Amino acid sequence: MVEDEGIRRYVAHFILWIGIAIVAFPVYIAIIASTQDNALIANGQMSLLPGGHFFEVYYQTIFVGTSGSTREPVGNMMLNSLVMALAIAIGKIAISIISAYAIVYFRFPFRMSIFWIIFITLMLPVEVRIYPTYKIVADLHMLDSYAGLSLPLIASATATLLFRQFFMTVPDELLEASRIDGAGPLRFFWDTLLPLSRTNMAALFVILFILGWNQYLWPLLITTRDDMQTIQVGIRKMITTTDALTEWPIVMATAVLAMLPPVFVVVAMQKLFVRGLVETEK
Amino acid sequence: MANVTLRNVRKTYTGGFEAIKGVNVDVADGQFCVLVGPSGCGKSTLLRMVAGLETVTGGEIDIGGRVVNQIEPADRDIAMVFQNYALYPHMSVYNNMAYGLRNRGMAEAEIKTRVEEAARVLELSAMLERKPRQLSGGQRQRVAMGRAIVRQPKVFLFDEPLSNLDAKLRIAMRVEIRKLQRRLNTTSIYVTHDQLEAMTLADILVVMNGGQVEQVGNPLAIYEKPATTFVASFIGAPPMNLMSTRPDEIKSQLDGAADEAGIVGIRPEDFAITDQTPAGGVALPLTVEAIERVGAETFVYGSREQEDQRVAATPGELPPGEVIVRIPGTDAPAIGQKIRVAAVRPKLHLFSGDGRTRIEA
Amino acid sequence: MQKQAIFQSKLLPYALVAPQLAIVLIFFYWPALQAVIQSFLLQDAFGLSTSFVWFENYVELFKDPAYFAAVVRTFFFSFAIAISSLSFALLLAVMADKPLRGSMLYRTLLIWPYAVAPPVVGVLWIFMLHPSLGVISRYLRAAGVDWNPLLDGNQAAGLIILAAAWKQISYNFLFFLAGLQAIPKSVFEAAAIDGARPMRRFWTVTFPLLSPTIFFLLVVNIVYAFFDTFGIIDTMTRGGPGTSTVTLVYKVYSDGLLGGNLGSSAAQSVVLMIMVIVLTGIQFRFVERKVTY
Repeated sequence: MVEDEGIRRYVAHFILWIGIAIVAFPVYIAIIASTQDNALIANGQMSLLPGGHFFEVYYQTIFVGTSGSTREPVGNMMLNSLVMALAIAIGKIAISIISAYAIVYFRFPFRMSIFWIIFITLMLPVEVRIYPTYKIVADLHMLDSYAGLSLPLIASATATLLFRQFFMTVPDELLEASRIDGAGPLRFFWDTLLPLSRTNMAALFVILFILGWNQYLWPLLITTRDDMQTIQVGIRKMITTTDALTEWPIVMATAVLAMLPPVFVVVAMQKLFVRGLVETEK
Repeated sequence: MANVTLRNVRKTYTGGFEAIKGVNVDVADGQFCVLVGPSGCGKSTLLRMVAGLETVTGGEIDIGGRVVNQIEPADRDIAMVFQNYALYPHMSVYNNMAYGLRNRGMAEAEIKTRVEEAARVLELSAMLERKPRQLSGGQRQRVAMGRAIVRQPKVFLFDEPLSNLDAKLRIAMRVEIRKLQRRLNTTSIYVTHDQLEAMTLADILVVMNGGQVEQVGNPLAIYEKPATTFVASFIGAPPMNLMSTRPDEIKSQLDGAADEAGIVGIRPEDFAITDQTPAGGVALPLTVEAIERVGAETFVYGSREQEDQRVAATPGELPPGEVIVRIPGTDAPAIGQKIRVAAVRPKLHLFSGDGRTRIEA
Repeated sequence: MQKQAIFQSKLLPYALVAPQLAIVLIFFYWPALQAVIQSFLLQDAFGLSTSFVWFENYVELFKDPAYFAAVVRTFFFSFAIAISSLSFALLLAVMADKPLRGSMLYRTLLIWPYAVAPPVVGVLWIFMLHPSLGVISRYLRAAGVDWNPLLDGNQAAGLIILAAAWKQISYNFLFFLAGLQAIPKSVFEAAAIDGARPMRRFWTVTFPLLSPTIFFLLVVNIVYAFFDTFGIIDTMTRGGPGTSTVTLVYKVYSDGLLGGNLGSSAAQSVVLMIMVIVLTGIQFRFVERKVTY
């Protein structure tokens, strides 16, 4: 439109850049701080330009850890986070897709009851059942284990609903054709339905990976050993000691490392990410 | 009440694509102007430039003696009917029509009078409180019309307003639009790709192709004397038969005129099945390939015996060597039969070899 | 709900739903049930005996001014976070919806904070606004503000809201942009021809047409502020100073961790459960019906 020309267009660009600056500034500061000397930061003298301690700080962060509080190398924490995130993402997709398959493609007693039982878990986030869940995991001797970190979070009403929705759009003729071609239920699932669900699974994986990587309350509760900590929990423990002892460059380096994998996933797989986000919220 | 004048109007998109390559059109006050052309010819872009929805990158658009290039759509005193109607889905029919008036600060009483009058004319009175999604396609179309007429603008702009309707409704609405425009006597510009709609609606017809105007004029004048082979094949259905004048078969019959002309065009209805050869006209032996009987008339598709060279490619053109003949009634030759068709000299259209110039012999 | 063409099998479907069902029953329903039962029980100080006390835990809870304060605070946080984040994101989305050069780049640069974990958000913001070493605090103090969110409860609350709203901008932006792009451009064009100036067009056309998105995001943001702010609060203020940033979720966590008052903690969990059910109910009921028109 005529009005979109000239000054208004510059205003739009300007506002968007302000937005980007607001969004990026805290991260910029974190990156800068992770390249500087701790003494300078602790004095409140931090420079707004990169310092010269980049390699030193990141080496210590990844392979050694802080000298004070936890002394756990962040590299190991990242490994824990990665295992947990992958287990949650893959686990949720796997158990959801097979339950959705059963609910859509079979008729059996209690089918709808089971659907509702899964559906209602939407209303039971971990935050509302913290301690009883903790107790069960403790009773099952799963504290400080990957199973304890991931299993209780693996159920997914959202993913089940999503796959159910998708299966409903798959034409019936496909199943009939498979049946004529002699495929049983498992063959049909494996040879036809799974390949058709690829994009949905990928989009869901992107979202669930980020969700898993960013888990906080649950790992905080059930990990007591330092070597089982995830990075999100580790970063908090680094600033538990009194302010003066906090090693800020290492904390900031950990923050940057904690952001790196999920941010990379969002930027690199933007299309899948947007799709996954929109579809899981429907 | 206003005339609309386009002076050498151009549109070049950033990136260099030239959508409109210098268009000159003059629409007099109260006239109904139709822009017609194949999709991608720039007709909608041109209309949107008149509306102010697209910027003008060259030339001038003049509405009622005022150059409006830099003026906002709202201040051009125009109203537009969109292809998808663009009704406000959250507003009632009444509010859809009243919205533009309220924005201009008109008194509620006056708005009510105008909306009710428009609703009466368009037979929407019973539906004023409904939301657009509760209406049928034809009713939505009428609301879009109503929204335009309550404004009493200087110019109506129509962007393929009937293309979402079924064939029957389309014809009915076409007549409605024409009657309404005659009564309101408001200058109108109407975009369509349907040549029949264009022929029936227009006082002044603008045929466009590739961002340029091919021909401007009275629809019948254009039909009778198309300026280029593009216009010749675009206006009129089924399209004009275009043939190269090079084969001796035709050249010999044209006695001299063919020296200058490269293409000869003959409308299907100007052929007659006959054994005579009219002096200076064209006669062709054909083999009947297909017959279409539509009741009042019959179309005969025949292939020429002589091999033909392809002429300038234009939309709607027949495959080379194929000729279509329209004959009244249902009596037609049998498929496979060999016939002879002929057209008299005054019915021939001669064009230069590139199809860009009409030659009056 | 179900296909016409289906497979016949007696056992297979049960085998297929078994893993999900097992996890759901063991880790969701059983603990939830435990919480409900626990909330009716009272344990003595040594954990030796428990007695059934009906609603006493709930009565105690609602009589507790600290709990009431946490309820009010949680709602205040939720609305403050939702409204500030939504309005800023809407502004950005309206700008990014214009036909600008580089609009894909803008989208990329605005959506990535979605991926930043709440505890990291907390760390980033407390570092910038730390009373003694924060880079922004310097300027605040230079401007004469007595800035110390570690001692001043209101400042701490402001900081939490700011950080939590910041994280949510990208999510809201993405949904607003999708919502705007779903509205046919010709509706805006029709409004422009109808003489509505950009501001008026926004309020009379864009905003009403976007209302389903706005309502949906409002609910999502409130749920987010209820639960996902835990990580932000825990790394930034640990609920302090005093209890000035303790939200309902944070209180369940800290009461259970410190006090060992299982009955009260369970009662709090049950109250939260009811709130989630109500919020989810609203979301499904209204969002499905597309709110206004």
